[in-house]
Amino acid sequence: MSGAPSVLFDAPGPATVRRHRLYTVLALVVLAGALALVGWRLYVEGQFAYDQWEVFITPRFVEAILVDGVWVVLQMAAAAVVLSLAFGLVFGVAKLAESPLVRLPATYVVEFFRAVPVLLLMILIFFSYGVTRGDSGAYWSVVLALMLYNGSVLAEVVRAGILAVPKGQSEAGLAIGLARGRVTRLILLPQAVKIMLPSIISQCVVALKDTSLGYAVAAPGLVRLMSSIYQQFGNQFATLVVTAALYVLMCSALTLLATWVQRRYVGEKQALAISETAGTDAATGKVV
Amino acid sequence: MRLKRTKAAAAAVGLGLALSACGGSAGEPETGAEGAEAPEWEVVESPEFEAGTAMAELAEAGEVTIGVKFDQPGLGFKGATDDMPSGFDVELAKMLAGQLGIAAEDITFEETISDNREPYLQQGRVDLVLATYSITDERRQIVGQTGPYLITGQQVLVPADSDVEGIEDLQGEEVCAAAGSTSLENVEAEGAVPAPADNYAACVDDVLNGTVPAMSTDGAILLGYAAEQEGELKVVGDEFSEERIGVGYSKERPEMCEFINDALQASFDDGTWAEAYEYTLGGEGVEVPDPPALDDCQA
Amino acid sequence: MDIVLDNLDLMGRALGYTLLFFVIAAVLSLTLGTVLAAMRVGPVSVLRRAAAAYVTLVRNTPLLVVLLFFRVAGPKVGLNFSFVDLQLGQWRINNIFAALVVGLSIYTAAFVCEALRSGINAVPLGQAEAARAIGLPFGGVMTQVVLPQAIRASVPPMASVQIALLKNTTVCGALGVVELFARMRSFTNNDPTQRVGIFIAFAALFVVLVLIVSFVANRLERRWRIA
Repeated sequence: MSGAPSVLFDAPGPATVRRHRLYTVLALVVLAGALALVGWRLYVEGQFAYDQWEVFITPRFVEAILVDGVWVVLQMAAAAVVLSLAFGLVFGVAKLAESPLVRLPATYVVEFFRAVPVLLLMILIFFSYGVTRGDSGAYWSVVLALMLYNGSVLAEVVRAGILAVPKGQSEAGLAIGLARGRVTRLILLPQAVKIMLPSIISQCVVALKDTSLGYAVAAPGLVRLMSSIYQQFGNQFATLVVTAALYVLMCSALTLLATWVQRRYVGEKQALAISETAGTDAATGKVV
Repeated sequence: MRLKRTKAAAAAVGLGLALSACGGSAGEPETGAEGAEAPEWEVVESPEFEAGTAMAELAEAGEVTIGVKFDQPGLGFKGATDDMPSGFDVELAKMLAGQLGIAAEDITFEETISDNREPYLQQGRVDLVLATYSITDERRQIVGQTGPYLITGQQVLVPADSDVEGIEDLQGEEVCAAAGSTSLENVEAEGAVPAPADNYAACVDDVLNGTVPAMSTDGAILLGYAAEQEGELKVVGDEFSEERIGVGYSKERPEMCEFINDALQASFDDGTWAEAYEYTLGGEGVEVPDPPALDDCQA
Repeated sequence: MDIVLDNLDLMGRALGYTLLFFVIAAVLSLTLGTVLAAMRVGPVSVLRRAAAAYVTLVRNTPLLVVLLFFRVAGPKVGLNFSFVDLQLGQWRINNIFAALVVGLSIYTAAFVCEALRSGINAVPLGQAEAARAIGLPFGGVMTQVVLPQAIRASVPPMASVQIALLKNTTVCGALGVVELFARMRSFTNNDPTQRVGIFIAFAALFVVLVLIVSFVANRLERRWRIA
């Protein structure tokens, strides 16, 4: 972002500065007005009343939210990310295989799971595997569905990351007599990981957010817990504000980590751009 | 930017401390009608069963696992931090356990949802299911079912001031029911627009705030909600389906049928069934019905 | 899969709802997202910050929570869409539908904004500099020179965003509209033995829809590519 806006407009002269000041005031008035309107509506509807929020300062509920909500969600997301990394690594490398017997099936699997909504996957896994296994069945249905979807996206990331390593690297590897597998393992992957890290971490954010979908299969998690709270106390607004805040907090922490990792290992270069569009001729593997 | 975020994080941590230091308790929802007493179930001391039967095994073990719903007030409901579920199904579960010589605190209540009741029984994860479990021929192929201990049919729940008198007044209007449920199918078959929700509690909210004009499912469930929101909601219309709610048990334990029927019949006769109904589903203007006639156990 | 073939009318209605969600939310999110992107790169710092705050907040909130805000919390605080009541053939556009479309659009707009911004960043600096050199103000620089190129550059990320929107419409299935996901659940509930077949039918339908959107995006990208 740095520097980009200044390219689009001149350094303002005195007249423009005045004009911008006017815009700023106008914008502030509109924004403040909108916020005030929302705040007033909420006040009129009694949404700031103590009883709407009391449950969130009641120790046993706070404990339930942190232990059965936040902690479970973090565990689910972590399990899903670890599994999708493995899935992505295997299928990403397979998509680059020489033999079409490996490459084509891998490509179809990845394209299929990227195109199917994760909620459909979750329901199928739940009913064919999870339904007889109680809470842990629902839990693993969510994790496995997230693995298939995020793993497929990560397979694209891995493929793009490997392709982004300069060609000379693999040529040099082959020239000194390394087999293809070893070139990938010893030369390409270690360099590709560096390029892939930011994309991997932003995929973690996606996985973290998608844990909320477990609500559809009655899996434990933050949203399910919160919905039972608002159904008990009728404080939908307050509960959803707290839920959103918790998710924003968790995801922002991850995003900060991503930014830091990018600075530390990749420099100011842009992250890999992975297209969602299916079909192999889409702009996958293009480094912007 | 970085500085600001750190400050925000620090503020959040401080807030967290303040929150956990603060006491206060949140209100509990009332279960049961006002004035009605919780029924007290007899716990038979050292009950006698024929050796080798499932009842003897359970009585010997001194504990039993029973599948109930956790999201249906009046029948089987458990709040976010409740230790025990409550409701009519739960009361009858306690009654059955008592006949096995098992006290209420030795029952493990497992949440069963509509989709997993049969597999749970088949795998022995639960010994009994009392989870608004309608008796059907299809289900009787794979699990044991007896009863019914309650007969209800699908009805319509509307706001107290609504003019709707039954499902026939709701042609082309939205009617809420749980996603993937038979109730939702029936609503669609009756000509209303199905509005799926995550569960029935979400439907009640939608009816209360006017998002949908009505919701529909088993009358017994609706009565539970009407009792919970007295004066706000009412159950209307004829039943447009008949649901016979019974007890589920494993097909490998056919001897449980006689035991369950005897216990149910006893509670019908001594009035405890009616007490449990009054306590959980009762409310102003709700009459306790006569107990249903039990099916015979096939030998 | 028989149950799917026997109930093609129900399938068609569900598909219609999914497409209505997708098309309406796509138009709304593209509009709102473009406004946000303009605010985000514009010269007024208050607007820049407001747009950045919007994107950060919305992007880090799960879609389900955003939808629940409009669907569940909205009516509690007097925000309902009861004025929406349309009948389009066999499709009913009611307050539930409207609340969900608004939620989908608000969520997707944050991603549209980011896609456009990446497109704007991809326009070579010299273009904007040249535009300024001939005396265009910010509005002129954007509408005449930068945006036309940025929109081309942002076709692939924008297609990703809209495909994600298409798949995200399934989240509405448990919130009051019988679209494809809800229809699949009712089919699998009615006929548990055909579960896998039903799933494959619905999954294939989504794959086809995604392929269509990708195809359109690829055509647009090719047509708009600067020769």
